[in-house]
Amino acid sequence: MSTEELGFDPTLKKKKKKKVVSKENGTASPGSGTISSKESLDDLFAGAKKKKKTKYSKETNGNDAVDDLTEGFEGLKLKKKRKKKIVSKADESADFEKELAAAGVQEEDSGEIYDEKQKETFIPYISLLDRFYEVLREKNPEMAGGQHQKLRIPPPEVARDGNKKTVFVNVQVIAHVLQRNPEHLIQYLFAELGTSGSIDGEKRLIIKGRFQAKNLESVLRRYIQEYVICQTCKSMNTELKRESTNRLHFIVCKACGSTKSVSSIKTGYQAQIGANRRKRG
Amino acid sequence: MSNIQNLKSFDPFADSGDVETEPTNYIHIRIQQRNGRKTLTTVTGVPEEYDLKKILKVLKKDFACNGNIAKDAEVGSVIQLQGDQRLKVMQFLVKQLGMLKKNIKIHGF
Repeated sequence: MSTEELGFDPTLKKKKKKKVVSKENGTASPGSGTISSKESLDDLFAGAKKKKKTKYSKETNGNDAVDDLTEGFEGLKLKKKRKKKIVSKADESADFEKELAAAGVQEEDSGEIYDEKQKETFIPYISLLDRFYEVLREKNPEMAGGQHQKLRIPPPEVARDGNKKTVFVNVQVIAHVLQRNPEHLIQYLFAELGTSGSIDGEKRLIIKGRFQAKNLESVLRRYIQEYVICQTCKSMNTELKRESTNRLHFIVCKACGSTKSVSSIKTGYQAQIGANRRKRG
Repeated sequence: MSNIQNLKSFDPFADSGDVETEPTNYIHIRIQQRNGRKTLTTVTGVPEEYDLKKILKVLKKDFACNGNIAKDAEVGSVIQLQGDQRLKVMQFLVKQLGMLKKNIKIHGF
């Protein structure tokens, strides 16, 4: 039964289009349009009966189908009225209607073929999908083009401070883009690189040891993977919140609203190096 | 219409596979910078049932480097190797000792 109902919706739509076509041909001669629609309705009726016979032999089902048909007829009339209103409303919609009509003409042919084959799809799914995305892109582009408008993270700018120190110039900017506290990012960097450092007067980060931009970039990537990206929807629009009751950090996604706990930053084992080692014995 | 394409999409409530309920003992492979361009690789968290001495012996021979085992109060025994051996150590752990790659974490740049 459900399949049959589903089958009826596309026919309705198809009908709608036919109506549009007839209107385009001449609003002056509405009689011809209605006739054509009636003819097509008859076709539809025949098709429905065929379906009925092939699919269901029971009479009860047959009655249901007839009911559906009448409903469809009413819907048709309603649709027709609406169409007229829309056309009179705005030029834009009229243009769109023309396009639709043009598409409808093509689909009529294919639709009739489908009728013969007794298939329920009359408008190709692809074209519907395309239209949906067109409208979506017009109305709210941030939903349609999610992949294109990714956060751009500036590459780390690295300078050498003397022989043994590295200056990470744009930590603050990167932390801001990632919506993270710079302290947290710096803490992670130090833990991962196994060094220490400080922040200078211009809020640049000075790291002990020699590091290249690509090194820091890979560490940054891991930081983003672990502390920024939402595991559920892969969005970077997240926030790091600290629960004071259990001292855990949570990623709260602003896109999908999910929360996930993340482990705190651990420095891990640090081997003693150089003179210290000898002193310890 | 028997297969509606829309309904066969990704199910956000399905099990994602990464169940992190039980605490996993990660093996951490870290790198430390020494003087100049010299580095030190440390491997912590290798399970107790492995004989670290034997592992170290093989590693030293394989990677052509020196190394030793340090005892630490917090993390237990630590394998130290000269130079940047992180990737090689991980491959060794996965291939020779059959450890799971997801339980090994490589740190450092």
